[in-house]
Amino acid sequence: MNSLRNTIMTHFGTTASLCLGTCPSSVPQILVPREQFEDVGWVMKKASARLAAEWGVDETLLGRQYAVLACFAQDAEYLLVRCDVPLDDPAFPSLSKKHPPAFRFERQILSLLGLTPTGHVHSDLRPWIKHEDWPPDAWPLRKSFAAGQQMSRVEGEYKWVRAEGEGVYEIPVGPVHAGIIEPGHFRFQAMGEDILNLEERLGYTHKGIEKRFEQLSWKDGARLAGRVSGDSTVAHALTYCRAVEALVEGNVPPRAAWLRAIMLERERIANHLGDIGAIANDAAFAFFFYQFMLLKEHVLRGNKRLFGHRYLMDRIVPGGVAVDLSADGPSLIEEEIISLLAEFERIVKIYDLNASLDDRLRGTGILPAETARELGTVGFVARASGQPLDCRLQAPFSPYDRFPPRMTVLNSCDVHARAWVRIEEIRDSIRLIRELLATLPTGETSAPLKDVPPDQSAFAVVEGWRGEIVYWLHSGPEGEINRCAIRDPSSVNWLALEQAIHGNIVPDFPLCNKSFNQSYSGHDL
Amino acid sequence: MLRILHQIFRTGVVTEPLPEQVEAELAHVGGRLEEAIRRRFHRSLVIREVDAGSCNGCELEIIAMNNPIYNCERYGIQFTASPRFADLLLVTGPVSINMEIALKRTYDATPTPKLVVAVGDCGCHGGIFGESYASLGSVSNVIPVDASIPGCPPTPFDLLNGILRLIDGHQP
Repeated sequence: MNSLRNTIMTHFGTTASLCLGTCPSSVPQILVPREQFEDVGWVMKKASARLAAEWGVDETLLGRQYAVLACFAQDAEYLLVRCDVPLDDPAFPSLSKKHPPAFRFERQILSLLGLTPTGHVHSDLRPWIKHEDWPPDAWPLRKSFAAGQQMSRVEGEYKWVRAEGEGVYEIPVGPVHAGIIEPGHFRFQAMGEDILNLEERLGYTHKGIEKRFEQLSWKDGARLAGRVSGDSTVAHALTYCRAVEALVEGNVPPRAAWLRAIMLERERIANHLGDIGAIANDAAFAFFFYQFMLLKEHVLRGNKRLFGHRYLMDRIVPGGVAVDLSADGPSLIEEEIISLLAEFERIVKIYDLNASLDDRLRGTGILPAETARELGTVGFVARASGQPLDCRLQAPFSPYDRFPPRMTVLNSCDVHARAWVRIEEIRDSIRLIRELLATLPTGETSAPLKDVPPDQSAFAVVEGWRGEIVYWLHSGPEGEINRCAIRDPSSVNWLALEQAIHGNIVPDFPLCNKSFNQSYSGHDL
Repeated sequence: MLRILHQIFRTGVVTEPLPEQVEAELAHVGGRLEEAIRRRFHRSLVIREVDAGSCNGCELEIIAMNNPIYNCERYGIQFTASPRFADLLLVTGPVSINMEIALKRTYDATPTPKLVVAVGDCGCHGGIFGESYASLGSVSNVIPVDASIPGCPPTPFDLLNGILRLIDGHQP
């Protein structure tokens, strides 16, 4: 379990040290000298660890300086490595040489905290999330930056990747898209119908979420976490609450843990149902869209009846859950599941036997396994490209330690695989819900938590329906929120979409995009 | 093909069997909405949805308005890909500074007369995000708004109801 930690400790010897102020129930945090930060990337690469997240923090309120933290993961082990960054020289060695996802993490750190990644490979210092018309010295995550201030717009130009040659043309799309979806900009270079390159530019829904956390109480933070990405409200709120509970060494009552898992699986089922329908719709097969939307609506109504909210917003709170399942709840769910499952299997059979759908979905939008691994993709996108990653298995918490999910991993890496993994996951989530209901403990649904001590940090991961969600919380001198770093699965999986699109045709882009269905809001924060 | 037809007939028209209370309300609201749309928009109200920075919760419910149970098309409500064809902009918020220009341009691209509806608590008053360096808060801080539909997120029924009230001339 401690192999990454031992690897780092062995390599760095006495120059590395275990940080104090990290809660014992959270993952270990190792401090290394700034000049050796790049070596960490190299050592971790050799140990086959992936870079799960990288973020910066301003610790001036605690009388310290800036710091950059990198989260590495391998099998069941998570490890945080940090380096301190002095105020008068806000720069840190880049990890991007060995870990491609670092490019965007570090552009984000530069844009929002003003710490410059250095090293000979980091040629891409274009702002990310921060748009070019922000004042260049606006670094919202610094404590010296007032959250409520108005920024003036400045002149600026974003430098796109260009392609030139006879017959090459460019298609700009967005930020306002054709459908009822979130805003983002995509720029294609194409030749005829073939896509040569796709470049994403996001950040349009940036509403200062991480900064907003610093103005809220720990309790209100759960409401905000539930609105980082509305479709993953359960997963985000749960990850946040688990981090808060790690911070105060609090435990949730068993019944609350079970209900949380039931909600998390219901969120997975609802979103998977809607997306499988939407994938078929983007292949111009409206029949499936309406059939699956109908099933999704039944789940949402079930949520409302059982827990009082169609998307289960604000149902998960630090210490437990805000609502209990009524005495007839389990039988209502069982009834719902029986009719849902019968209808689902009937539609899936039609889906599976449909040759024209097969023709559109198979071999489209291939994300090769090697690329998926290199880019550190997570969730169903990774599992459809041969990566056995599911942090319900790798970082299990109660009740997943007793009821592990059955992971589906496919190797065809295409749109079909991404849809089929989700079909299997719906089946498995239904199985899990049944097992959880059969063993649902009685008792309290929430427990009081202690006050958060000053200058402590904690880390939590939860497998939402999109994949691994990462939260890192740090308390300030008064025990308030000093930093809430969030990594939605979309932050890494957006990179994979750019790679999966190579060799496809422009009309297949909506289909590929839908098969990933990333969150814009969760990425832009 | 036979399986598809079989499933279609098996499913039948699902737009009818709503929970009793909602059904009664929806039938009432929907009937009036249809009438108002017939009178004022020649049977078709075309909507352009603009996400100006939402968490995507409101989008889920706007999509659900199109599902077979709410089936907003039966009242002549359609969603369009272009603001040029739109009678009404359905805007979710809070408006982020990075979407401010795009929202204004979408508004300008919509032919007059046009209606704007602010959707969700965030679209109405900024919600939990409030106003900050990155968020301009409510939609009305950026473009003129004719009606508001609060909720987090507002249900498909709230949305249909809110649109009706606006078209019928009764501000909620």
